[in-house]
Amino acid sequence: MIDPRGPRFAAWVTTAVLAVVLLTGSTLLLAAQAVVFALGAAGHNPYALLWKRFLRRGPAPELEPQAPLRFAQAVGLTFALIGTVALAAGATTVGLVATAAALSAALLNAAFGICLGCELYLRILRTTSRNANPNGATA
Amino acid sequence: MTGLVILCVAVGLTLIAGTIHRRRDGRVRETRQETSGLRSELDALGERPGERATLLQFSSAFCAPCRATRRTLSDVAEMVEGVVHIEVDAEQNLDLVRRLGIVKTPTTLVLDAGTVEVKRASGQPRKADVLAALGHALP
Repeated sequence: MIDPRGPRFAAWVTTAVLAVVLLTGSTLLLAAQAVVFALGAAGHNPYALLWKRFLRRGPAPELEPQAPLRFAQAVGLTFALIGTVALAAGATTVGLVATAAALSAALLNAAFGICLGCELYLRILRTTSRNANPNGATA
Repeated sequence: MTGLVILCVAVGLTLIAGTIHRRRDGRVRETRQETSGLRSELDALGERPGERATLLQFSSAFCAPCRATRRTLSDVAEMVEGVVHIEVDAEQNLDLVRRLGIVKTPTTLVLDAGTVEVKRASGQPRKADVLAALGHALP
């Protein structure tokens, strides 16, 4: 369980970084953001750690589970990797569109607090998996 | 230049999508599909429906508002006699999830005394809306 203000701050910084990638077309910056997403997917987003270290004020509001946040970081990582490879290979438009998708995901989280895992995880499962456990009971 | 256009389009679409999502999320709506009762499905899950109504919640691992929804619904079940809250892991019951047309978590079904779905909420519902929906479902 973690303070949700950290990942919210991280989402705003991510949005800003990806906006700069779109404006400059910088492969290096997008690659750096991909590393940040990878760390975030492992539960150690550097922006959130910065917030925790230097910017945290006052008591935490209601704590949130970490798994949904890590899922969202993994979604961001996927788009950032596609974007990085495309930009490096000279497929600029593909790279920028992938970057825009990652930006959109971050902005949905930052500005609206939308939980990407809630929206996507079940849809992905429904299309990719036959049935994990036909006799499954409640967890 | 291309980057600037993509940035503006992405931000615009995201803000529209986020606003629509915020307006719709958690709203309790009338169920259109004419379903028969879910008693055998509940039996298969090892769950007993409420005597007067059942709040059937589908949750998943990567879902922050599922926790808050659980709290809301169990509160309501405690407040209103004959109403039972059942939480089901969507991931473990994909066949049921597909059959009921559930695409995201949390999704809450309000079942009447005959376990027929009468209302549904995708997202985190407000307690007042759940109580109002129950008023509709109760005999």
